[in-house]
Amino acid sequence: MLSIKNLHVSIGDKPILKGINLEIKAGEIHAIMGPNGSGKSTLSHVLSGKGGYTVTEGSVTYQGKDLTEMAPEIRAREGVFLAFQYPVEIPGVSNIYLLKAALNSIRKHHGQAEVDAMDFLTLIKNKVRLLEMDEKFLYRAVNEGFSGGEKKRNEILQMAILEPKLCILDETDSGLDIDALKVVAEGVNSLRSPDRSFVMVTHYQRLLDYIKPDFVHVLAHGQIVKSGGAELALELEEKGYSWVEAAA
Amino acid sequence: MTTATTSSSRYAAEYQNLAPALPGQALPWLQALRQDALAKFSAQGFPSPREEEWRYTNVAAIEKKLFMPVSQAKPQAVNAAWLKSHQLQGAWSLVVVDGHFSAELSVLAGLPEVVTVMSMADALAQHPEKLEKFLGQAVKNEEHGFIAFNTAWFTDGLFVHVPAKQVLAKPIQLLHVVTGADAMATTRNIIIADALAEAQVIETFIARDGVYAASQSGTGAAIASGGVANAYLTAAVTEVFVGANADLTLYKVQSESEKAYHFGGIYIKQDRDARFAHHNFAFGGLLARSDIHADLDHAAECELNGLYLGAKRQHIDNHTRIIHLKPHGISREIYKGVMDDRARGVFQGRVIVAQDAQKTDSQMNNRNLLLSDDAEADTKPQLEIYADDVKCGHGVTVGQLDEKSIFYLQSRCVDEETARNMLTFAFANEMVDKVKIKGLHDMILEQVLTRFPQEGVNKEWL
Repeated sequence: MLSIKNLHVSIGDKPILKGINLEIKAGEIHAIMGPNGSGKSTLSHVLSGKGGYTVTEGSVTYQGKDLTEMAPEIRAREGVFLAFQYPVEIPGVSNIYLLKAALNSIRKHHGQAEVDAMDFLTLIKNKVRLLEMDEKFLYRAVNEGFSGGEKKRNEILQMAILEPKLCILDETDSGLDIDALKVVAEGVNSLRSPDRSFVMVTHYQRLLDYIKPDFVHVLAHGQIVKSGGAELALELEEKGYSWVEAAA
Repeated sequence: MTTATTSSSRYAAEYQNLAPALPGQALPWLQALRQDALAKFSAQGFPSPREEEWRYTNVAAIEKKLFMPVSQAKPQAVNAAWLKSHQLQGAWSLVVVDGHFSAELSVLAGLPEVVTVMSMADALAQHPEKLEKFLGQAVKNEEHGFIAFNTAWFTDGLFVHVPAKQVLAKPIQLLHVVTGADAMATTRNIIIADALAEAQVIETFIARDGVYAASQSGTGAAIASGGVANAYLTAAVTEVFVGANADLTLYKVQSESEKAYHFGGIYIKQDRDARFAHHNFAFGGLLARSDIHADLDHAAECELNGLYLGAKRQHIDNHTRIIHLKPHGISREIYKGVMDDRARGVFQGRVIVAQDAQKTDSQMNNRNLLLSDDAEADTKPQLEIYADDVKCGHGVTVGQLDEKSIFYLQSRCVDEETARNMLTFAFANEMVDKVKIKGLHDMILEQVLTRFPQEGVNKEWL
């Protein structure tokens, strides 16, 4: 699904990622953990195509294609989805219109017909129920005036409707109380499938109590310093990041 | 001052033969008011950028030309079918062609008898005592040259009087149409809503040669209905009196053709507890200036909304002034501008809180979007507060589209160009959405859609 080889990324002259290697197969869940400033968010931004970063070395291959060559919207249409750490408010553009435009551009990209209006409404209402959201959210401007928890739920709602192949969750648990976290985790778990992969970037181990990863990687100073199974997260929780940072 | 004097004396000389044809000849008070205006205009001329309130807007081009008033009504110059497309359905519609009221083009059937709606010329003949009380009371000749110019030479206009407790079932549309090159349309309107009355009035400004229907960015403005755009001058002054606890909403949709010069001033007096809202859509004209000045009595509420869209070399200036004279007044103001190509948008907003106006609650906001490197926005909010227990704020932004928002939309499969158009449209549409009259909302939306999204851009999100 995704193959990252010796990835070096800079912002301006400042190197942030210094040789990341990561193989993600279909159906796997990988958690990327690490202290603040380790490069976690940079990795999710680079995968989704945000501007301002320069890939100075290495490669990112997604389903056999060079991901770094694609515009952000092409990545999205190819099935890469970034759930934002800080979802952006878009006044004046309603949630439902954005979802419909997004879904239709994915279908168009794959040579499919536009979604039928009734089917779309049914689909969307089911997903809204899954995430325990109020239907009114659909008709409000994207994220405008949403609470932190509502914004995160809205990200997962979009993910559930667009059915991406590679889901990147950037600090999805930050700012969520435990009830909201459970709802979000349930939403994510319902999307798990053998042909869908997840990259969960997180500072806190708590998220992994609810979404069980297959692999945990620890990022420090722009490199993966340790990889392991789900148990690694628990070890980190117990010992803190200094333990792996020192070991590196 | 030489230019001003030259131009004003040229205008004065040209128009002296015109005086006998102007309405209200038999009214000494009006004659005195017109003489006073003529003297003031002769002395001052048109406003100069040296005046603080006009520092961003130079009207020298108007001085250089000599626009000629149209001496009589020519409703036949207007294609009735075309006009109909600009008349709001479900409204009483009053049509003024080249500064003269046209009864045959107007739609007034079913107006309640107690409500007075007629041309200014008729009103001066039938209700001179009412007009003497109101004309020139919301704005004085000395305000600036355009007011003096208008008072001296207004040919007609409209008079609306909604008596106490009357609630108008339908909006009233004042439709100003200009038909000829070098023409001048000088109208004076008076709108009175007595205590507890409720009404909605729409001022629409169009030219026979086509609504300003700009534009695809870079490719410039196009005239929707074909034909050649004419240079002409609109100088309209509207005085509005909102009685105690009355509720008046006024809309202005300015879609003059692309070579037009437009001055439109609206001067509002609000009695205690009066509620007034103004929605100002400035889309057209080569050079367009609006004044919206409101004076608020005790606990009056004033809402001023504006959207101005500039393309090519358009210059659009909005000047607002809210004076809180007494305590407990509330004012809310949002003006948004989108400037493309080489267009220039100007916003000057003054809020004055008099010493006596304690507990005033006022918010003013001006936001500008620049779509091209050559576009310009000048913004000058001014708060002058003489009371000590008030809540007043203002905010101003001038900028490009937010890159974070563009990336967010891209990450949701939207291509960059569509994302930019989406955000621009949404920025403007927020003001359109405040229009609560469905038919009017749709008419305004249609005009916004001629500009954003641009041609060739995905529109399915609309």
